[in-house]
Amino acid sequence: MEIVVCIKQVPDTATVRFDREKGTIIREGVQSIINPSDLHALEAGLSLRDELGGKVTVITMGPPQAESALRDALSLGADEAILLSDRAFAAADTLATTYTLLKAIQKIGLPDLILCGTHAIDGDTAQVGPGLAARLGWPSITQVAGLEILDTGTRFLVKRLIEQGYEMVEVELPALLTCHKSLNRPRVPSLKAKMRARKADIPVWGHEDLGADSGKIGIKGSPTWVDSTFVPAFEAKREMLEGSPDEQVDALIVRLKESGLL
Amino acid sequence: MAEVNYFLNEEQQMIVELTRQLAREKIIPVRARLDEQEEFPWDLVKDFAQADLFGLFIPEEYGGLGGGCFEMCLALEQLAYGCVGVTTTYAASALGGYPILLFGSDEQKQRYLPDIAAGAKLAAFGLTESTAGSDAAAIQTTAVEEGDYWVLNGSKQWITSGGEAEIYTIIAMTDRHKGPRGASAFIVEKGDPGFSFGKKEKKMGIRASSTTELFFDNCKIPKDRLLGRRGMGFIIAMRTLDQARPGIGAMGVGLAQAAMDEAILFARQRVQFGQPVIAFQAIQHMLADMATEIEAARALVYAIARTIDTGIKDMAKLSAMAKLFATDMAMKVTTDAVQVMGGHGYMADYPVEKMMRDAKILQIYEGTNQIQKNVIGQALNKEYAKKA
Repeated sequence: MEIVVCIKQVPDTATVRFDREKGTIIREGVQSIINPSDLHALEAGLSLRDELGGKVTVITMGPPQAESALRDALSLGADEAILLSDRAFAAADTLATTYTLLKAIQKIGLPDLILCGTHAIDGDTAQVGPGLAARLGWPSITQVAGLEILDTGTRFLVKRLIEQGYEMVEVELPALLTCHKSLNRPRVPSLKAKMRARKADIPVWGHEDLGADSGKIGIKGSPTWVDSTFVPAFEAKREMLEGSPDEQVDALIVRLKESGLL
Repeated sequence: MAEVNYFLNEEQQMIVELTRQLAREKIIPVRARLDEQEEFPWDLVKDFAQADLFGLFIPEEYGGLGGGCFEMCLALEQLAYGCVGVTTTYAASALGGYPILLFGSDEQKQRYLPDIAAGAKLAAFGLTESTAGSDAAAIQTTAVEEGDYWVLNGSKQWITSGGEAEIYTIIAMTDRHKGPRGASAFIVEKGDPGFSFGKKEKKMGIRASSTTELFFDNCKIPKDRLLGRRGMGFIIAMRTLDQARPGIGAMGVGLAQAAMDEAILFARQRVQFGQPVIAFQAIQHMLADMATEIEAARALVYAIARTIDTGIKDMAKLSAMAKLFATDMAMKVTTDAVQVMGGHGYMADYPVEKMMRDAKILQIYEGTNQIQKNVIGQALNKEYAKKA
């Protein structure tokens, strides 16, 4: 089975700090990591390959330093990695990103399966996976929390999370799935793969390599733009309720009704 | 601030990176639960296997990575930073594997080492008995030759990974009248007839590791399970321990580093008398001693492990020194880490309480630190007799 996994390098939100005046992330000293749910997509790809054979190719669009995320993916056992990096790709919104990913996947050759994370922890749009599927005209199944192989790998029975519970969906390949963190437990890197990864040759493709229409990539291809960013103010009001527990409950109910919560 | 440069090569740096990542991402989040519930860490064993760690000390021709004592020490230090209980399971598999690696026939190596290297099977080492601990020559378990088989009778006590491991290296008496030269080493497999396990012991620390008795009741194993030659049992046991002891020292270094990191983190935040307690000289001096002693132990362990990897023959003294110094240091540093944190340190909500309990075993297993001093003392006596 030929599998493409799309990953994104993001700042580690566990260590991230904000510049409250400028309303931006302080990037200095913040580690970059593979977006958490992308690790579950990669794990899904690797275990499908381990079971069915084939190849896992990992791609990412990002600045040159995103190469380290690809080396991490190779250390986990991915077979190949490709970096999509070009100044012309910069400031892409999800529309331009899905176009760029589409061109790259067409250049690689259409796989049987594309796996993405559910959403990136920085932008948090959850649009790139489904957007890419739309461009391909492929079925897209989001929030995948379970996966069963049917008919030796031509179809999957997929468990997908919805707000009220879950749905079981049958899908014929090719398809695109976005993987939820409850799908699996990502593996750790192996020493042998890590040694291979350190020396691996990671091709870098720019817009010319992709034959991409320069009006559809980067900031030019992005109808959405960021107007401003700010750190939301968090103002908590505190009020101590007096009296017996019953009186306090009554007082609390009054306040909840006043604020329209009850 | 500059750190000591131990001049690690690229592979060694990668081992440190990977094992540090394992400790941080996989071990630390679950260590308190494993300790409290005395749960054997099968998930982590799978992670170590996936990471190729079980094959670190095994030559490439048997599916390993061909590392030496030093590479093992680097891995053990970082894993022990996460949890000594979990790391004990890993170290025990190496301890059970070394006799096969050092003394096994090519056939035995082909048969067992690839599974140990892949982490598909855990190995264990069985020497201690109820009446034979430090006095290893007092072991009662016997092995008698019967046709094409050896028949083992007796029991072993406090065997790490007992019941969980598949491959056991067992020391048993084959010719009691020959004294220490009457012992031999055997490979016993889980499932061999007459081989069974006792109850899991309750322990002060390293509670995530499994410690059980082993019973041999007319346990019949094929002839080709004898390791090395008949009568080599003690040599095999001693050489195995010589090889493994620096690793216990490395675990002490990792554990002590973890305890000091916790203590400093706490001391920088805990305010008393209007300032963080790290501002007090009483605390600073304790931390200064901890940091200095950890670095001294690390330097000693690394230097000795590297010396062992040059292929020296008589390593008993050096190996004992690495274990003695680094594990006594770990006991002191973890105790002081609890002291720096005061009441907080004593509470199970903070990790140093467990670290102090875990540290104690490092002074006891793979030969008590008093036995290490005997080894060092006897070696000195021999050395100086030659000089005289």
